[in-house]
Amino acid sequence: MTMSKKRAIRKQQDSNQEINKVRNRFGLGLLAFMILIVLWEIIARFSGWSVDIFPDPITVIISLGELIADGTLLRHTVASLFRVTAGFYLAIILGIPLGIFLGRLDSMRYFLNPVIQFLRPISPLAWIPLAMLWFGIGDPPAIFLIFLSSFFPLVVSTTVAVTNINRTFFQVASNFNFNSMEMMTKLILPGIMPEVVIALRITVTIAWLVVVAAEMIAVQSGLGYLILDSRNALRMDYVMDAMIVIGLIGLLLDHLMNGIGNRESTRWGTASGY
Amino acid sequence: MGHIKIENLTKIYLNRRSRPRSQFEPDDCTDDNVLVLNDINLEFEEGEMVCILGPSGCGKSTLLRIIAGFEKSTYGKVRVGGKKISGPSAQSIFVFQHSGLLPWMTVAQNVGLGLRFMKDEPEKENKISEYIEMVELEGFESYYPYQLSGGMKRRAELARALAVNPDLLIMDEPFSGLDFLTHMKMREEVVNMHEFLNKTTLVVTHDIDDALIMGDRVVVMSGRPSTIKLIKKMEFSRPRDFERDSDLSRLRSELFLMLGVPYAV
Repeated sequence: MTMSKKRAIRKQQDSNQEINKVRNRFGLGLLAFMILIVLWEIIARFSGWSVDIFPDPITVIISLGELIADGTLLRHTVASLFRVTAGFYLAIILGIPLGIFLGRLDSMRYFLNPVIQFLRPISPLAWIPLAMLWFGIGDPPAIFLIFLSSFFPLVVSTTVAVTNINRTFFQVASNFNFNSMEMMTKLILPGIMPEVVIALRITVTIAWLVVVAAEMIAVQSGLGYLILDSRNALRMDYVMDAMIVIGLIGLLLDHLMNGIGNRESTRWGTASGY
Repeated sequence: MGHIKIENLTKIYLNRRSRPRSQFEPDDCTDDNVLVLNDINLEFEEGEMVCILGPSGCGKSTLLRIIAGFEKSTYGKVRVGGKKISGPSAQSIFVFQHSGLLPWMTVAQNVGLGLRFMKDEPEKENKISEYIEMVELEGFESYYPYQLSGGMKRRAELARALAVNPDLLIMDEPFSGLDFLTHMKMREEVVNMHEFLNKTTLVVTHDIDDALIMGDRVVVMSGRPSTIKLIKKMEFSRPRDFERDSDLSRLRSELFLMLGVPYAV
């Protein structure tokens, strides 16, 4: 192989390097954050608002340090994450099987779909009074609200994903004498995986949105409670701290879900355009 | 085992909007019902490669799907190896017009579908690679279907079908959508495979040349409602070349005429 050819190949390899792309992308994203902080600083300095109403970045970062140091932040974050995890897992455990069931059985789908479509647009927050009445105060009502927020979207997406599986594959399955177990593990589950992962990615964000709202009413812990409590104490810097942590965790959750979506076993969906 | 006998096969599709599925009778063919196959009688020998030609929409695919057990006939009987078909089974493997490879499985996993009950792992692995080699896909075992070209997908599906060792191989337009050269090569491979394994093979095609070159028997169906226009046993030696063999060339012109194209282009 000639030198120029080798060099051309190396050049292509370099430009193909995913890592380079990721690094660039990461850098650009960071830049946007820095611009945001600078804007924030400018507004804080020149708007004439007092620090109590519109705290500047430095104040917020110092108070963030305080909250981290005395463990308050960790305690509230863990409480929120626990509720989201519990509610979200509950929604997965019940929602995905129900979605598969509805996707496979036309009659059940016609039977239940209208009710699901009726309940789905009702905001989980509208359930707050009932949730408190039924489950009292503490974790259960918050978990229930998160469950509601994720359950319906998951059921609907899973149902659609099952009905979207190419009919040819069911014929292949019967041609190769799949039993019902194999139908599930070799056909339906892998077949719906790409769409379900996308649904999970969307619903985890919704769940995270709802937990903060839920914590403002029924509990004495969590990031939502921290915001409410700080407002009562007129500590806007603490309010902003909580918001920052909420945002960061949301970013992290989305990143984790995206990671699942990029795995080999689910990538065929986007790659084949099916 | 791969002997096929089709008697008085009739298929009517109901226009579902007009009336529920349950209340029709075979003779009841109004405008609402579409008579697709009308009283088809066919018999194929074990080991034959049968090519079925016909204008598009004439029910060729429907015939295949009934033989494969995917659809039920409205009237009439289909026997494969003396047994009435009751549904899809691994005894007659269908090769789909568009890819029937499961996209979430690698080539090796797809080919292994029909071998999944084999207890002996090393022997199973051997079998899988044997069939992958047969279609010249060695080196692509761990590729997913979306990473393969159109021709490679067809070959992988063929390997998957052959690995089951079915009595009957059913191919619905196996070369459609392939480029000219890949088409030629695939056709040659299917012919060689058939010479080698001698399985009863049904091929639906709209390409007259495919039928002339591949078929031990050519069946021509008419437009809807479909009847059999011609059954011709092909006693030509292989490799076939219709440009040199005048009998074959005459048959080609006849077939073109029969399918509604007066001049063989």
